[in-house]
Amino acid sequence: MPLYKLQINGKSYQTEAEPDTPLLWILRDHLGLVGTKYGCGIAQCGACTIHLNGQATRSCVYPVSAVGTSKVITIEGLSEKGDHPLQLAWDEVDVPQCGYCQAGQIMTAASLLKKNSKPSDEDINTAMHGNICRCGAYHRIHEAVKLASTKA
Amino acid sequence: MATNRRDFLRMTATAGGGLVLGFNWFSSALAETPTVLNKSALAAGEISFNSFLSISSNNIITIFSPNPELGQNIKTSFPMIVAEELDADWTKVNVLQAALDTVKFERQVTGGSGAVPHSWKRLRTAGATARQMLIQAGAKQWNVPVEECTAENGFIIHSKTGKKLNFGELAEAASKLPVPTDVKLKDRKDFKIIGTAVKNVENKNITTGKPLFGLDFYREGMLFGMIQRPVSFGMKLKSVDSAAAKKVPGIVDVVSFKNNVAVVGKSTWQVMKARKLLKIEYEKDAALESTADHNKIFTDLMETTSATVRRKDGDVETAFKNAAKVIKAEYQCPFLSHAPMEPMNFFADVRADRVELVGPTQTPAGARAETSKLLGIPEDKITLELTRLGGGFGRRLKNDYVVEAAELSSIVKAPIKLVWSREDDITGGTYRPSVRYRFEAALDAKGNLIGYKLRGVGINSGNPTRENNFPSGAVDNLLIDSVEHQSPITTGPWRAPITNFLAYAEQAFIDEVAQAAGKDPVQFRLELLQKAKSAPAGPIKYDIDRMEGVIKLAAEKSNWGKKPGVSQGFSVYFSHASYVAQVCEVVMRDAKPVIKKIYAASDCGEVINLSGARQQVMGGIVDGLGHAMYSQLTFKDGATEQKNFNTYRLIRMKEIPEIETHFVNNGIDPTGLGEPALPPTGGAVANAIFKATGKRLRKQPFFEEDIFKPIS
Repeated sequence: MPLYKLQINGKSYQTEAEPDTPLLWILRDHLGLVGTKYGCGIAQCGACTIHLNGQATRSCVYPVSAVGTSKVITIEGLSEKGDHPLQLAWDEVDVPQCGYCQAGQIMTAASLLKKNSKPSDEDINTAMHGNICRCGAYHRIHEAVKLASTKA
Repeated sequence: MATNRRDFLRMTATAGGGLVLGFNWFSSALAETPTVLNKSALAAGEISFNSFLSISSNNIITIFSPNPELGQNIKTSFPMIVAEELDADWTKVNVLQAALDTVKFERQVTGGSGAVPHSWKRLRTAGATARQMLIQAGAKQWNVPVEECTAENGFIIHSKTGKKLNFGELAEAASKLPVPTDVKLKDRKDFKIIGTAVKNVENKNITTGKPLFGLDFYREGMLFGMIQRPVSFGMKLKSVDSAAAKKVPGIVDVVSFKNNVAVVGKSTWQVMKARKLLKIEYEKDAALESTADHNKIFTDLMETTSATVRRKDGDVETAFKNAAKVIKAEYQCPFLSHAPMEPMNFFADVRADRVELVGPTQTPAGARAETSKLLGIPEDKITLELTRLGGGFGRRLKNDYVVEAAELSSIVKAPIKLVWSREDDITGGTYRPSVRYRFEAALDAKGNLIGYKLRGVGINSGNPTRENNFPSGAVDNLLIDSVEHQSPITTGPWRAPITNFLAYAEQAFIDEVAQAAGKDPVQFRLELLQKAKSAPAGPIKYDIDRMEGVIKLAAEKSNWGKKPGVSQGFSVYFSHASYVAQVCEVVMRDAKPVIKKIYAASDCGEVINLSGARQQVMGGIVDGLGHAMYSQLTFKDGATEQKNFNTYRLIRMKEIPEIETHFVNNGIDPTGLGEPALPPTGGAVANAIFKATGKRLRKQPFFEEDIFKPIS
């Protein structure tokens, strides 16, 4: 099995894996970074969203062999102290219900705010439409993204 | 940080002085009075309480919350109740998930919206007991009368002298006092925490990706297991060729048990890959049903003469014979998957003389009992540690995946983390049953409802009616019966069981009847309730006043019937002891109906946490709307045609309307809110769409109706 050297959350990791192993399972099973969630395995729900060179990416369908020298950021590395404007807004608005999808929601939103610091309601809807929240917390997710955009 | 009950008790015992009260939130067989626990008892760790309130000498207040947390936010609302009666400073209260399971856990179950109602008084009593003991300790220390001391925001105060000590400073002294048996609970007008909006105590852990869920659990040396189950309901295992699967790197074993073929290996991905290489032959074991078969079964059983009568009042035949107008309609709902975002999973480590289970379940006691029965290992040798649940919606009331994990671990003799893929979840059964209803209503010449008939035909649905719900009691001549078709397709409770689709069908039909009677839908319902009150027909099993209350509140807040430019639809339902009325507003855009807004008026008794309560109502409405609009499982040859979220459609952000929540908050004891906001939504939506388009929506999911299709 090939050895992969990965740059994740500003740290270097290495692990042996089959080339087709999705980054999701590298993070979860190989490296113990379990904040990134498995939801569907086919890039339909967004629970596994991470940043690859700043771009929101579905890690469940992204093979480890394609990562190369790209910089990976997961929910664990979004901020040092858990105080990214989105993480603070998520608490302020009291978003989570079961909480399982929220890491993916926050990573998708973080990528949006990086590109568009003052998104309209429509921009937020479009960016967040790919992330499923089975508890139906969409109103507060939307509100929290909006709140974070006023503070970022 | 303590991770389980035993650790918590040991840590508390060694943490220096303080007061620890043990009490039982659930067990009715045990004394209701809390007990002071001494150090040696705590250190022993085996104490027959399921809940603890600890106030340490350094003023740290810790409350152990034992119910399974799946997003209904009881890990926050339960401790709020204790803190209220304690007069604690909420910001200083720590809440620990009691990842524990003792034989005393009578209701360590999440389901039926029963968590808060069940424990309301016990939680209050525990808090009030500690408060009274702290007051007594303060009075004794200052040598002043108890009556002159009060508790406020984490302090005991003697206002005459201005003396003041925090709870921690008095905790040790309080622990030496006898436990009062007749504590006085607060008057609700004095509540300071209950009824306010308090944030989820787990927010920080959730937003930073901490390992909270079952799928996140990891134990050194554990193996991953996935199971290939029969591809269709009605098939059984015939033969397995696992040679190719076993060659995949990391695969440790492939074993068969019952109708399962399990692949065990060192990582999830390796196991997923190997599973695809299994060559399995199945053979037919029962009928391989399709949706077309179900539709025919519905049609046939709708005419059967051997239905089970659920309720019969008066003389229905005569009423229909004498009717000036008869309205008749059929409604149908599909099978649904629960599809919680965290797929089923459980950790099991089965040894010769003991079993360790860790994971997400709504019924931990049941999981342990089933595991004990399967393995022949006594329950007291089985420990179960609960993790947070990534959603449940009823799916995790059934412990099939727990027992699978235990069986697999016992076969391969290794600690196993059993994982279901999303495809396993959607194709694997325990669905919300599919049901067809036929409603018939008889009106007299004045538009009064004089006869009502309902037949429910369900597939593995049990009784698909709620024969004593509204409008029963309001109609003199009524007949409700049901027929069940037994199918190999497995079903189970799904958030607001039965009422999650019965409410839609019934409330949409009531709207049809009101229209036929030429009456306003709200007025029509109020007249029926008035009739149920003044001249009830048979027993009334719902609270007429509470139902009236939410109807009037929803009508008032939505400015019912007086709003230009929008089409409004009304619905009201009683489920799980709470009442919710909803008004949906629809506008036409590009000749298609758009759901703009839903108002909800809820009577769940005392609102504990306003933030959590709003969340439950909004989430319940989104859940009810999403499934009414978009979701369905259809079958072909015994298998679901939908396998994952690309074909099994769930509601997404762009599809949600504005939601406005209101609460009656009449001060009666809490009656639960995890489910009751969901049932009314489908009806309110269908009725508003009728108002806007003239089209009755009698079949879910609605999006398949022509009115939602692009105009070509």
